[in-house]
Amino acid sequence: MSLPPARYSFGGDEHIFVELNTEMSLEAFFKGMSITNAIAQRKIVGVTEICPANAAYQVRFDPDLIAPDKLLETLQSIESELGDSALDLNTRIIEIPVFYNDPWTNETLLRFRERHQEPTSTDLEYGARINGYASVDAFIAAHAASPWFVSMVGFVAGLPFMFQMVEREKQIQVPKYLRPRTDTPKLTIGHGGCFSCIYSVRGAGGYQMFGITPAPIFDPQQALPYLKDFMVFFRPGDIVKFKPMNRVEYDAALAQVQDGTFDLRIRPVKFALQDFLKNPTTYNHQLTETLYGN
Amino acid sequence: MAIKVLQAGLATTVQDAGRTGYYHLGIPLSGALDQYSFRAANLLLGNPEDAAALEMTMLGPKLEFTQDALIALTGANLPAKLDGVDIANYEVVAVKAGSVLSFGYLKDGVRGYLAVAGGIDVPVVLGSRSTYILGAMGGFCGRKLQAGDVLPVGVATGPSHLGRKLPEQLKPVFPKDVHVRVLPGLYFHWLTEASGKSFFDDTWRVGPEADRIGYRFKGGRALEFAPRERPFGAGSDPSNIVDAGYPVGSIQVPGGLEPIMLHRDAISGGGYAMIGTVISADMDLVAQLQPNFRTQFVAVDMAQALAARAQSKQRLIDLRATLKT
Repeated sequence: MSLPPARYSFGGDEHIFVELNTEMSLEAFFKGMSITNAIAQRKIVGVTEICPANAAYQVRFDPDLIAPDKLLETLQSIESELGDSALDLNTRIIEIPVFYNDPWTNETLLRFRERHQEPTSTDLEYGARINGYASVDAFIAAHAASPWFVSMVGFVAGLPFMFQMVEREKQIQVPKYLRPRTDTPKLTIGHGGCFSCIYSVRGAGGYQMFGITPAPIFDPQQALPYLKDFMVFFRPGDIVKFKPMNRVEYDAALAQVQDGTFDLRIRPVKFALQDFLKNPTTYNHQLTETLYGN
Repeated sequence: MAIKVLQAGLATTVQDAGRTGYYHLGIPLSGALDQYSFRAANLLLGNPEDAAALEMTMLGPKLEFTQDALIALTGANLPAKLDGVDIANYEVVAVKAGSVLSFGYLKDGVRGYLAVAGGIDVPVVLGSRSTYILGAMGGFCGRKLQAGDVLPVGVATGPSHLGRKLPEQLKPVFPKDVHVRVLPGLYFHWLTEASGKSFFDDTWRVGPEADRIGYRFKGGRALEFAPRERPFGAGSDPSNIVDAGYPVGSIQVPGGLEPIMLHRDAISGGGYAMIGTVISADMDLVAQLQPNFRTQFVAVDMAQALAARAQSKQRLIDLRATLKT
């Protein structure tokens, strides 16, 4: 799939917003990754923030140091220089344990039923039905079966947006709540549009709620081993594999989080977009082997 | 040297010039919402311009000083009393050890700044002392002040500027009816022509949901997005986009109903179409808008945005020149 030329627009006098495509695709995300990497490497004077997103990116700048038009031209020239060159990504694959259909998100969704499309069913029941799954269990199995790409980090500190690495017709899609909730348990696994997310902090949210992970992913205190380098765990380009866990396993993991011994399974991996697109099922199988092999 | 918090006020936080370089991970700019008033307080005292200060919101705190100190109050007009005696804003005032600073009812603006010679000395987190409440980081324990907190104050190094006042023409004014300049763009072209016009024609009012994250506006006509095929991954509402980054100052209109303008504690991205961005020169003005104030959005182009930016920068240069030494 080839992408149309990017669309550039100023966000006031301090931002340039670049839409790589109006619809989501791995191609658009990879184009954004390669462009934002190139911008970072150039160390352009006046650029203060470089923010890749799912199918877009934005740059924040100081117009006293670089003229908006000059920066716009620079970004456009980077786009044309890179062309459609495929990017191989040296990244990591991470196992995230999830207690699906847990009591805390269930309690929360019941409190906000009047804001939901289908007040008589749970978020999981609704998601399973509109995506054509026979049962909640089959739906959960599909959510946990294939890896997900972290295609954006943000909304609030450290929250990953994740794109399911399967053919488009197999991707899980659900609408957001009709009106956002004012509360979401910390570390809820949410889903809206085609994206899953992990709510890094407790707070407002509009994504359907499927489960909860015991693994902190944002911690200013940096208490756990995998947060020692930085308080935010996820980076765009990370690959996530969910692993269902039960209540007993969840409670044990939570006890480890509390005594500071909890850790995540993380393995380095090289991701080649073209190879993946040729055969996602085979490629995902190899990724999973990398995660669980020695 | 420390400040004891006897009463916290409505939403009092430690803020400075803000935190740069982490927006791509969802950690926003933060910092004083009205940067001009914040900087004026520090410059009056002879502090570094970006020293951490307290941002007070509508209802001031009650504070006890453990040692002698010099303070300056700027921004919103929160009438201050020191041990029950009125003291002036925009003036360096001496506080004796054991004295209590309190505030009366807000007269205008929303956010007042209290700077102390030496600055509020909370730990620097990712390059800033600013509080980011959603992430529970920075500032004092990552949250609004509470009664019982004890705030450390740094050591003042420069000469005393006791009694120094800010000239009248350098004080900001906080009008009730404002024009807020907006550079249309981003997904503005998704609006129908009529809605693209009515957004700027209608008079809006600041809603009750107006905080450091964003300001919600009410009272204008609902905005319509032109029919278009829903892009894959965007969600089902006509105002939904594939989740993307939000510029600071950008205006989104979930469901077409109420425009929300993001300020310095912005959520860094999401799935609602943005229709334009408030220019940098008007961010301080928005910070001082009270609920129900009338707001007219005015479309400008980049040349006008940059001219306005140069003007507000000149004001800051004048401020620095006046308060030099």
